[in-house]
Amino acid sequence: MQKPDLQITQHNDSKTILGFWVYLMTDLIMFAVLFATYAALKTSTFGGPGPSELFSLNGALAETLILLTSSFTCGLAMLAAHRQNKNQTIIWFLVTLALGLTFLGLELKEFSQLIAEGHTWQKSAFLSSFFALVSTHGLHIAIGSLWIVVAIKQIYSRGLTPFITSKLTRLSLFWHFLDIVWIFIFTIVYLMAKV
Amino acid sequence: MSLLFGKLTLAALPHEWFTIAGTVSMMLGGLGVALFLTYYKRWKWLWTEWLTSTDPKRIGIMYFVVASLMLARGALDAGMIWLQQALSVGSSHGYLSADHFQQIFTAHGAIMVFFVTMGFLSGLINYIMPLQIGARDVASPLLNTLSFWLYVAGAVLINLFFVFGGEFAATGWLSIAPLSGIEFSPGVGVDYWIWSLQISGLGSLLAGVNFIVTILKMRAPGMTLMRMPMFVWTSLSSMVLVVSVFPILAMTLILLTLDRQFGTHFFTSGFGGNPMLYTNLIWSWGHPEVYILMIPAFGVYSEVVSTFSQKKLFSYKSLVVAAILITLLSVLVWLHHFFTMGAGANVNAFFGIMTGVIAIPTGVQVFTWLATMYKGKINFKQPMLWFVGFICTFTLGGVAGVMLGIPGIDFQVHNSLFLVAHFHTMAIGGALFGIFCGITYWFPKITGFMLNERLGKYAFWSWIVGFFVSFMPLYILGFMGAPRRLDHYDASLGWQWLFIVAGFGFLIICLGAALQVLQIIVSVIQRKESMDVTGDPWNGRTLEWATSSPPPVYNFAIIPEVRDRDAFWDMKQYAVIARSAADEAILSESRLPRPSDALGARNDTQKITYKDIVMPKNTAIGIYISACTFFFGFAFVWHIWWLVIASAIGAIVCLIVRSFDEETEYVITAVEVEKIESINKSSTFPM
Ligand code: HEM
Ligand SMILES: [Cu+2]
Repeated sequence: MQKPDLQITQHNDSKTILGFWVYLMTDLIMFAVLFATYAALKTSTFGGPGPSELFSLNGALAETLILLTSSFTCGLAMLAAHRQNKNQTIIWFLVTLALGLTFLGLELKEFSQLIAEGHTWQKSAFLSSFFALVSTHGLHIAIGSLWIVVAIKQIYSRGLTPFITSKLTRLSLFWHFLDIVWIFIFTIVYLMAKV
Repeated sequence: MSLLFGKLTLAALPHEWFTIAGTVSMMLGGLGVALFLTYYKRWKWLWTEWLTSTDPKRIGIMYFVVASLMLARGALDAGMIWLQQALSVGSSHGYLSADHFQQIFTAHGAIMVFFVTMGFLSGLINYIMPLQIGARDVASPLLNTLSFWLYVAGAVLINLFFVFGGEFAATGWLSIAPLSGIEFSPGVGVDYWIWSLQISGLGSLLAGVNFIVTILKMRAPGMTLMRMPMFVWTSLSSMVLVVSVFPILAMTLILLTLDRQFGTHFFTSGFGGNPMLYTNLIWSWGHPEVYILMIPAFGVYSEVVSTFSQKKLFSYKSLVVAAILITLLSVLVWLHHFFTMGAGANVNAFFGIMTGVIAIPTGVQVFTWLATMYKGKINFKQPMLWFVGFICTFTLGGVAGVMLGIPGIDFQVHNSLFLVAHFHTMAIGGALFGIFCGITYWFPKITGFMLNERLGKYAFWSWIVGFFVSFMPLYILGFMGAPRRLDHYDASLGWQWLFIVAGFGFLIICLGAALQVLQIIVSVIQRKESMDVTGDPWNGRTLEWATSSPPPVYNFAIIPEVRDRDAFWDMKQYAVIARSAADEAILSESRLPRPSDALGARNDTQKITYKDIVMPKNTAIGIYISACTFFFGFAFVWHIWWLVIASAIGAIVCLIVRSFDEETEYVITAVEVEKIESINKSSTFPM
């Protein structure tokens, strides 16, 4: 038998990676809309408290550090994957997952505090835009965490085949992307509340 | 009960004449199709050959079918609008309530933009673009079926209010806030509008990603960017716009949903909400959207004008630059839709100037096409007629558009029927004519036989005459001060006769559409006499003509090598030279790239060696995911929260299951390819 014409399969990897980049850009535009909304509505507090009264820098700083670390461990996982070291890859992804979940936990704690104090998203346009922006990022982290779980299962059962590592590359792109978005959230929502 | 069914109660079932009529006709239609399929035992065939197909050619045809149905629905709405406007004068109030009238024009606009024009264009890009770049498929076949099925889910959802709920949004096709907020639109109509757009918009977004990667990564060897056919360039431009602005639409709709269902205050009039924010967001998607529809049509015209003038495009480079400039500029003009809403003189001046600037590349295109025709051997077949018709309407619409882009004039005619006439000149005379132009041009490629020429000419003349009779009165009415979305006016204004004339125009358009249906039926019946056995009925220039009509699943048995912008034209020239050299040895020994397989096959003396071909398998995952998405939307409309959660989980599970699947391709062996190639020359449409 002759070798199959590989026109379709050949570039698969570079195709999916390019496609994933384009997807990430579309996601970035969605976040841009949320940032623009936040910027436009930040002062529309409807007589309620504004950013400077509501947000604490400490909590946000902790979240930032956790997420940055998780990006680092995700990178370590990818390095291990390229070395074909299955166990290490799984371990580093587990650490990443744990950090991601911690981040989510802290975020939910912040939300529940705000809500308990009566600062819900129904109270003002400013709070609506704050909750929308931050929780959209949080939702992404949740999806990313689910993805990590699936990825770990795949590594575990299939090993680090090219098919799997290509998926891992996209996962890590996604995770780093969320990190970058968070840096913007940290700057624009939390840091700028204090200046 | 409310836990199980949310807001959905028996009262939501049809009980007004139009919901009953809609429901009954949908049920009869569905029943008819079901009976047909059962009688001819075609269910399995439908499922395996079509619905689950990953072949972009099949998907393209399915887009055409759905878009045609939606065109009928949209045109019916247009007729109802017209009838009301012709009748509702002075003491008579016509046959529609004001609220129902509003729902109709909202549905008409949303359907025509999202499900007709977008649908047809997606179909064309799916079918033609891979052929033109010499590819066998698109980058992600799975994503491609998913895009299509999301589009279908949106289309079903926008018609579903007939059955459940009985009301559609009465807020205009863009549902401007705060009118679309829960305070002023408490019913489910706006929710239907939101979710049908959201879901089909998601489909468009995924298609955009897919097509961009396809064009950038899968071109045949030798096809550099500057050798891509214009239709590929314009598809790329349009898809770049899609991925740039559809996320804005998606997020805006999400925020509107949050406002309506979770009590947030983004666009409300109280609690610090900012309705102007909605206007800005929706138009910063909405204006590029009209270019998303127009740009691929420009590509179709470029292909047609060059083929039917038997000349290469006069200035390919300037057409490429024009497409890119239009793409870039179109995201900088959205504010011209609301000059009157108090942005201030300087802002208006900026956006007015940008709007004027965009007319420059557009004008360049028109002159390039005209220059291509100059001294060409023009063959006035149907596609060319649509093109010439387009030049006339487009010039008119362009002038009207430039007028509207001048803030001073816009203050006079804003929200008048002048505007309505302008954008229909563009939407019908530009985008829809472009679609017809493309369909008539590529019809033999798609089906394997020619489209009846004479009926096509009648259809064209009905459309264009009907168009002018229908919309010239609206220009005049606009100057006379008639606002758009008008369901009643005073007899003393003397407008009625103009509305009646416009209505006759609509009837002539309907005649045109009927002739098109007849044309297709007649062409199918007479197909034996009008087979396209060559695969190249128009003496074409680009690669889609290099393979048989209709093309085999894999498009090209041997991937062609491209040496020139008009790749197939070049191959034909080359073959002529080689043949006249009367020495086949030159051809086979020369180092030059080989002519395409089709040519090779026609040139029987040559023996071609085929290779195995890897193709994507069929998959139903796209259907399952979009079914889940459909229920997700439906559940949101009716606040059925358990179904929201269940369908979200369903979609995620489908994705996860699929991500474990490595066996998504199959092999067509070289022997099979050879067999297909030898019979394919005489086959017709895959019946
Ligand atoms: C089949 C031929 C068509 C006819 C006879 C027609 C007729 C009409 C009429 C009478 C209106 C209402 C004007 C008013 O506000 O008083 C309208 C609105 C509209 N049409 Fe069409 N139309 C046609 C095709 C299209 C197409 C192809 C598109 C888009 C691609 C389109 C997009 C719209 C939009 C966006 C509106 C505005 C809806 C609104 O006010 O919210 N129409 N059309
Ligand atoms: Cu515009």
